[in-house]
Amino acid sequence: MTDLAIRVENLSKRYRIDLVQERPDTFRDMIVSKFQQIRNRLSHQEKSRYDNPSFIWALNDVSFTVERGQVLGIVGRNGAGKSTLLKILSRVTNPTEGLGEIHGRVGSLLEVGTGFHPELSGRENIYLNGAILGMRREEIDRKFDEIVDFSEVGKFIDTPVKRFSSGMYLRLAFAVAAHLEPEILVVDEVLAVGDAEFQRKCLGKMNDVAQEGRTVLFVSHNMSAILRLTQETIVLDQGKIALRAPTPEAVDYYLNLGLSKEGERTWAPEEIVDKNRSFQPIALRVLNNQGKVVDTVNASEGFSIEFEYGLSEAISGLRVGLYMMTTRGEFVFTTFDTDDPQMYEAYSVRPAGRYISRCKIPPDLLNEGRFVLGVNASTYRIKRYFQDDKVLTFNVDATGAPGTHWPEQRLGAIRPSLDWAIKKTK
Amino acid sequence: MDSTRQKNAQAPITYLRPSKGWLSIDFKELWRYRELIFFLTWRDIKVRYKQAVLGVAWAILQPLLTMVIFSVIFGNLLRTPSEGIPYPLFSLTALLPWQLFASALQRTSISLVGNSNLITKVYFPRLAIPLSSIFAALVDFGVSFVVLLGVMIYYQYWPTWNTLWLIPMVLLTLLTALAVGLWFSALNVQYRDVQQMVPFIIQAWMYASPIVYSISIIPEGIWRLLYGLNPMVGVIQGFRWVLLGTEQPDITMLISSGVVLILLISGLYYFRRMEKTFADIV
Repeated sequence: MTDLAIRVENLSKRYRIDLVQERPDTFRDMIVSKFQQIRNRLSHQEKSRYDNPSFIWALNDVSFTVERGQVLGIVGRNGAGKSTLLKILSRVTNPTEGLGEIHGRVGSLLEVGTGFHPELSGRENIYLNGAILGMRREEIDRKFDEIVDFSEVGKFIDTPVKRFSSGMYLRLAFAVAAHLEPEILVVDEVLAVGDAEFQRKCLGKMNDVAQEGRTVLFVSHNMSAILRLTQETIVLDQGKIALRAPTPEAVDYYLNLGLSKEGERTWAPEEIVDKNRSFQPIALRVLNNQGKVVDTVNASEGFSIEFEYGLSEAISGLRVGLYMMTTRGEFVFTTFDTDDPQMYEAYSVRPAGRYISRCKIPPDLLNEGRFVLGVNASTYRIKRYFQDDKVLTFNVDATGAPGTHWPEQRLGAIRPSLDWAIKKTK
Repeated sequence: MDSTRQKNAQAPITYLRPSKGWLSIDFKELWRYRELIFFLTWRDIKVRYKQAVLGVAWAILQPLLTMVIFSVIFGNLLRTPSEGIPYPLFSLTALLPWQLFASALQRTSISLVGNSNLITKVYFPRLAIPLSSIFAALVDFGVSFVVLLGVMIYYQYWPTWNTLWLIPMVLLTLLTALAVGLWFSALNVQYRDVQQMVPFIIQAWMYASPIVYSISIIPEGIWRLLYGLNPMVGVIQGFRWVLLGTEQPDITMLISSGVVLILLISGLYYFRRMEKTFADIV
């Protein structure tokens, strides 16, 4: 009992959907809704809370305990309730129902750089950010040099952070957060950003924290990081705990049971602003080599990306293409469906109709990590019909990729299988 | 909750539970977060003057320029009576507490929405945000007070021991701004109409306070008492009394203080009640 770090019982969180969708209320809305409430009350229309369609349960009856010193992973697709859970645990928001108890100070890395002000210098931001995260001034004084060292911003420490590169900014932000010494550390997706070197550093720091016997809750889409850092993992689905198991089992469950149904973005007709447009995007999908829509693909198996769209009139010279970027925003490649001159000849004019342009990504091309897909439909130098640089993100799992017999992180966005020859010359 | 378990663990235990109704104010916790309030105040001041060439000089120029405009229009052109005091000094004595109030109220009202990135990510007592806005306004006031001293000396008015009365007056100004600001900032989280309304409210409030004119034009009796419902009336009257030796604040001061007290307590409770949902709706 004494070794408990977190205990939550029947935790639930309800959001009003209209609040989720359209934020800014106005006095008019308030007055209208008050009248509706009165009318409902008069006609006894008050429904049971659970089937009221204007509420969603982001978290529904979640109970678990975490022991001191444990590193617990939390996985689940977007909207499964991960962020809500972390927000409740870090006291940003209150549960609608249920109870929780937390033993010790909670440090949250819900997003590094919270409260950073672009006009202030690195030094000033360290103090400000430290105070926001709950550090005392003398604590920051004491760790100041260590933080600067860790961040590697060195002589730029007195420059306003708006002049920092995104990498420096991130390193500084993480450095402050990493030197907070809470009993419980809550980490959400920090590792999704930054270069490999930075990620390696973050993982190292988290390992240290865990070694020191502190409790870590680690939420990530990066399965290999989850596997590396945690022994036990909770799988959340639709606000409930679907499974709590040793990490390899939980990750398998998450990847295989079709829980990760993301990997698809569809456009509703209302989303197209200009109704007279001749090009309408319909869907972008990431497919594994069994043709299933997936959020995570295996690098060594190969996969495909398909873009479905409609043309309301014939377009000549159309090219439909994909951008692939890292989550840091670096382009990995750009490709068009008519890159091949023969294809360009064959599809010089595309008549009105519905199309799918599918691109096969060969095995052993991408490194593990998260990638961003963008689409573009245009005619060269004449017209751009549609462009969206950030349509969806997906994961690449490196199991079985070249060199994975060394369980280390590889630098670079791609991890191709290349021909090596070794010759003894003497 | 139960004390036996608390004894077992060395670390402090935090309980998470649904928020219900009115919560009392945890002053102890607020005190523990005093450094955060300090840093937020410091950030507000620093950032405001960061890219201004004249920097903090603006805190001096603003009241000074307003004083010049008022003196020309109300003093020279309209010949507004000023109880025998040179009009520039007469208006500046009122402008100072007024600008303190106006800027404190303005900043407080939008403070929660302006710091939504903090509110949605980190826990701390939410009161720290409006409080730091109030303190940031106080720093400006401190700077512009030097101008007032200069103008006083120019017109041969010397500070006396009575000047110390300014401390409770300034406090009353801050509490008034805080009381109204708590209501506005919490309402603004849900209804952004508030931030559109605030500039008008401040403008109307200014003309409802004896800044460009003297309180003596308000008839004694019931009208004067009603006028005292505006807390800034007591404050401005007090400033003039202390610095210029005009008529001492009467019953209006008492009424003003009472109004502030009611607004402050209700504001605090409203703020605390809404606090738990800020992160969900901001």
